Amino acid sequence: MSNYIKTHAISKVSESLTDKIEDARVDIGHLSYRKLIWRRFRKNRMGIMAGVILIGFYIIALGADFFAPYHFNDIKVLVRHVPPQALHYTWADGLHVFGLKSTQHVETLELIFETDATQIYPVIFFSYDARDQVRLMTSEGPMFLLGTDRMGRDLLSRIIYGARVSLTVGIIGVFLSLILGSVLGTMSGYFGGWTDHLIQRGIEILAAFPPIPLWMALGAALPPGWSSIQTYFGITIILSIISWGGLAREVRGKVLVFRDLDYAVAAQSAGAGHWYIITRHLLPGCYSHIIVVSTLAIPGMILGETALSFLGLGIRPPMTSWGVLLEEAQRVTVLLHYPWLLLPAIPVLIVVIAFNFLGDALRDAADPYSG
Amino acid sequence: MISYIIRRCLLAIPTLLIISIIGFVIIQLPEGDFLDRKIQELEEKYGDSSSIARIDELRERYGLDRPMWEQYTTWISGFVVGNFGESFEYETEVNDLIWDRLGFTLMISIGSLIFTYSVAIPLGIYSASHQYQWSDHTLTFFSFVGMSIPGFLLALALMVFVFEVYRVPLFGLFSAEYEGMPWSFNKFIDLLKHLWIPVIVVGLNGTAGLMRIMRGNLLDILGQPFVQTARAKGLKESVVVVKHAVRIAINPLITIFGMSLPNILSGSTIVSIVLGLPTVGPLLLRSLLSEDIYLAGTLLMMFSLLLIIGNILADIALAWADPRIRYE
Repeated sequence: MSNYIKTHAISKVSESLTDKIEDARVDIGHLSYRKLIWRRFRKNRMGIMAGVILIGFYIIALGADFFAPYHFNDIKVLVRHVPPQALHYTWADGLHVFGLKSTQHVETLELIFETDATQIYPVIFFSYDARDQVRLMTSEGPMFLLGTDRMGRDLLSRIIYGARVSLTVGIIGVFLSLILGSVLGTMSGYFGGWTDHLIQRGIEILAAFPPIPLWMALGAALPPGWSSIQTYFGITIILSIISWGGLAREVRGKVLVFRDLDYAVAAQSAGAGHWYIITRHLLPGCYSHIIVVSTLAIPGMILGETALSFLGLGIRPPMTSWGVLLEEAQRVTVLLHYPWLLLPAIPVLIVVIAFNFLGDALRDAADPYSG
Repeated sequence: MISYIIRRCLLAIPTLLIISIIGFVIIQLPEGDFLDRKIQELEEKYGDSSSIARIDELRERYGLDRPMWEQYTTWISGFVVGNFGESFEYETEVNDLIWDRLGFTLMISIGSLIFTYSVAIPLGIYSASHQYQWSDHTLTFFSFVGMSIPGFLLALALMVFVFEVYRVPLFGLFSAEYEGMPWSFNKFIDLLKHLWIPVIVVGLNGTAGLMRIMRGNLLDILGQPFVQTARAKGLKESVVVVKHAVRIAINPLITIFGMSLPNILSGSTIVSIVLGLPTVGPLLLRSLLSEDIYLAGTLLMMFSLLLIIGNILADIALAWADPRIRYE
């Protein structure tokens, strides 16, 4: 009897054990590579947070017309250099801002603004502005939550609209360098010989230029007659010119390894063409690598655009970007009197840090077989 | 080894030649030349360009009337023998303009490199040997922030901060009383007092990145069997880390030394423009904007030359540090 129980128990245990092993096998073995990456990525809290923050930034940039209180080029001469205004809330008045009263400085004749708590302007949600555009929140009164610049333009609105340029420059630039880098890198690794030699020497020469001086030279070469959109694309091309080299090298290294693996050789002996082998067998092996490298390249490009525009060689007004906004904060005298003009630096930092965290998390996740 | 160095130097010559051609073409890409810009500027400022009469004479003197390849060959053949041509804007030899500034640029760059390595390596070692403790997490977080702050923003923020606190403007490399004075011991001390700010600002990005790399390398090495053996022998943990693991983990950093040079030079360019330092950066920006072609071309070449020399030095240092590497 007891013997029976024992064997029964043992078989129960082994049964549940095989079940568990089966579960684990289904869990790991039958999952696609993509799902494995997602599983590992999900565990990295910093990476998830960075991703959520970035999605938020992109949504705001996309809906700039809705989220920004004003249009970015609304010039209001009477409210130049207004310091940031606070939002207030009371039960009676709801969400509101105070009015402004101004005094003229004795020497500089500049208007100096102070809040006037006697005037109360309620914040209006979902209203149409003069351009027939729905705005999330506006006010009849001066609602300059981050202050205004030297032409009385609302800084918060300019930051939100500027995000459109600053956030897309990195993506488009990386996309361009991705195409250049993976095409040339694959060619270099796959064909070898003089093709490889030529491309590698080209990359070496590119790497022998220090990036910012080269960007400066190319930025200065953009014709002054170009429209904002043309300049914008010019800048993205300039930014991608430098960064494709590194990517091409990494792709080449991977392709060199994959080219001689059995499955690639088998495809070749089965009569597959170069194009088929490259797109079906070689490039998919590099995908995760390419994604990681390009995510980590985006912050460099965003900073590159910011630096170029900051020097006056990048995006040109009336188009605006975070670098253009910072250019106005370049002079110390301006900064000392109107320190809020340095605020556009904060979104730059947040976005760049978030991209770095995201890239780092992706790099860890892209290698699901590591410990 | 010596034959390897010589070969590397010889290989650098065609690279530099191609760089000089590309650089020269890029500089000349904007429409019009220096004199066109100057006339436009004069007209905008004074509404008068009577000096236009002399323009053909000037154009001939500067050689701007000749085709681009002829300008290039004249410049490059002079460049080889150390005659860099004439700066249009400053109306003087390029030679007189650049050497002081190159000296300061090098000083800041080398200072930043020393700062970067002497801070990043100890912090990286500490971070790796305290993996996943709160001190490691803090250092990791700050290194990410440090990697993300561009030098020019840091410089701007620092300028505001220093002015608010000390009420002295943070500008240039010398105090007002030493500006333009001949060199003396006191002037040198004054220089050192000003130098540390750009050195740290330029070096911070690299420091954060290098710390991450050092941490990663050391963690890889610490997992290897020979480290376990050393521990099993009963060696102190500090000896295991410093004498056994770090010596190997540090090798890749020497290769990175060559690669971090472009970033340091780039960083110093833009930080110098913000802080008004007498380095090559502001001069390059001005010369590019005014199409002062020989000055801009020479500066671009100097940057590339520094990079190539840095890379060769890094390779030599690597061969010296790692006995397994043999150059034949």
